[in-house]
Amino acid sequence: MNTQMSWVNKLSVTLGFMFLYVPMVIVVIYSFNKSKLVTIWGGWSIKWYGELARNEAFLSSAIISFKIALVVATLAVILGAMAAFVLVRAGRFWGRTLFSALIYAPLVMPPVITGLSMLLLFIGVNLDRGMNTIIIAQTTLAISFVAVVIASRLLSYDQALDEAALDLGATHFETFRLVTLPIIAPAVISGWLLAFSMSLDDLVIASFTSGPNATTLPLRLYSTVRSGVSPQINALSTIVIAIVSLGMLSAWLITVRSHRRMQANEGIAD
Amino acid sequence: MALLNDTSTQFSPWTDRSATPLIRFDGVTKRFGDFTAIDNLNLDIYPQEFFALLGPSGCGKTTMMRMLAGFETATEGEIWLNGAQIGDVPPNKRPVNMMFQSYALFPHLKVWDNIAFGLRRQGLPKNQIGPRVEEMLRLTRLEKFASRRPDQISGGQRQRVALARALAKAPKLLLLDEPLAALDKKLRQDTQFELMDIQERTGTTFVIVTHDQEEAMTVASRIAVMDHGKLVQVDTPDRIYEAPLSTYVADFIGDVNLVEGTVTAIDGESCTVAFAEGQPALNVISETRVEMGQRVFLALRPEKVCVGATAEKNTQNALTGTVTDIAYTGNVSTFHVTLASGHVIKAQASNGRRLSRRTINWNDRIVLSWTDTAGVLLKK
Repeated sequence: MNTQMSWVNKLSVTLGFMFLYVPMVIVVIYSFNKSKLVTIWGGWSIKWYGELARNEAFLSSAIISFKIALVVATLAVILGAMAAFVLVRAGRFWGRTLFSALIYAPLVMPPVITGLSMLLLFIGVNLDRGMNTIIIAQTTLAISFVAVVIASRLLSYDQALDEAALDLGATHFETFRLVTLPIIAPAVISGWLLAFSMSLDDLVIASFTSGPNATTLPLRLYSTVRSGVSPQINALSTIVIAIVSLGMLSAWLITVRSHRRMQANEGIAD
Repeated sequence: MALLNDTSTQFSPWTDRSATPLIRFDGVTKRFGDFTAIDNLNLDIYPQEFFALLGPSGCGKTTMMRMLAGFETATEGEIWLNGAQIGDVPPNKRPVNMMFQSYALFPHLKVWDNIAFGLRRQGLPKNQIGPRVEEMLRLTRLEKFASRRPDQISGGQRQRVALARALAKAPKLLLLDEPLAALDKKLRQDTQFELMDIQERTGTTFVIVTHDQEEAMTVASRIAVMDHGKLVQVDTPDRIYEAPLSTYVADFIGDVNLVEGTVTAIDGESCTVAFAEGQPALNVISETRVEMGQRVFLALRPEKVCVGATAEKNTQNALTGTVTDIAYTGNVSTFHVTLASGHVIKAQASNGRRLSRRTINWNDRIVLSWTDTAGVLLKK
């Protein structure tokens, strides 16, 4: 950690981070712009945040997005955890490789294809498009991410812990509730946060599967931007950036903390 | 057995025909696919025994323990505990607790809650859980660490938490899976005595799995030496060491010289064994029944062989050889002596005096001598 970085490293780190974050920083700064024109700086102000708060369309979309993200994250964690347990715990069964490939495939599938196939399915089964269809479509994608996160935690899980709980008289359900779940909780929470931010960000899948009364925030943003960028968008983007970064940061913190504890445990056991 | 001490006054329920065993393995076989982990095994373990399952890795000792805990079921045969068959009883319904090799302490619970875990699952009222946990903490000298988490205590303390947690429900049988493998040598030796002490105070039957023969010898009342899913010998530590039934057991426990030869004369219990041309025949008194001309092994512990310029008084065997190696380990010195026939015999001498000049050196011609009861004749 204390080793000095060479100037090449310093330069590449600086360039890399600039490439990643300068556009976002500009959006954040311009969200405090007094001027009505998006590209011209007119001094500091928070008036666009005020206008945003009075914008009914944006507010209702934000509420819809949050509702969807909550349901999607929760469903994805339940289903993803189940998939992860089968992947890691079920041992060898016929078609195991195919099963794991099928779980991970949506990770590399372009979202356009996921969205389109979902749309065709919903039309095929004659399901009215709205919040429900967005939830179903986003959940299918989020399951894969959650399964990856939880499965990687379960791989390093000492199964003797579950055996010890059973040995001490716990039922299988008690073992899960009192031992397994609390220990893998950090992975479950970061899986949930990951699914939540994914759902909140998603434009592609939502655009295929949304209905008349289910315009999510990204959809609303996109359609507004097409008819001209209002400074309100900058304010909204700043809020979204803040929420997503908070989610990502806490997911990261939880993972790091549990990792440290795990290392400490193993370090003493040796 | 006339050669060893009379054990009738000591704890030895296995010699008492009227004693009822706590555990009985009756023709138990366990297969994993094509692999036979346990092969038609019969064994009785008695109440209050400290029983050790000893063997190299893959010999089936862990499988036996897991069958007792309920994590594996026997393919054939029956396992009895306290007069009842336990084949179909799930692990959470057995009066058996286990101490895991990795300790498997719950990392999210404090030491206190780890120990209370089993008591709470049992549905014990709160006012009984507290005293019982305190009692366990006192027994394992962990009072100060009750509110720590497992990652905040040392390896030795974790080992004691695991023991306290397994003992809290006062099981009829405690299983210990390599309980001391994670500790360093010094701590391991202290802990062995602590385990024996706790076993005696609680009166619980302990079954310990280990691959460390010294550990098994120290703690156990009886040892079962296993190999390839079979029991090779079940006996007390001194019998296992001094009266092994096969070269496998003799070689597995401690250091041993194995000399192969042919029986040339028999007179009651004493016989002579010729092992090489130009070397005197060896005189042995052994309870092993042998026949004239039979190929046998003489198992001879190094510490029972004397080294010196001349043969010791009252020894019936003497061989001359050259010292080719000396291993000095502080308390003892082990001499590797090569005979004219090419055999290498190990002899051990304890270094009883601190300031003494070494009288035996490399390439010295010396005499090895031992009595006719020092070794054991083995047929296989």
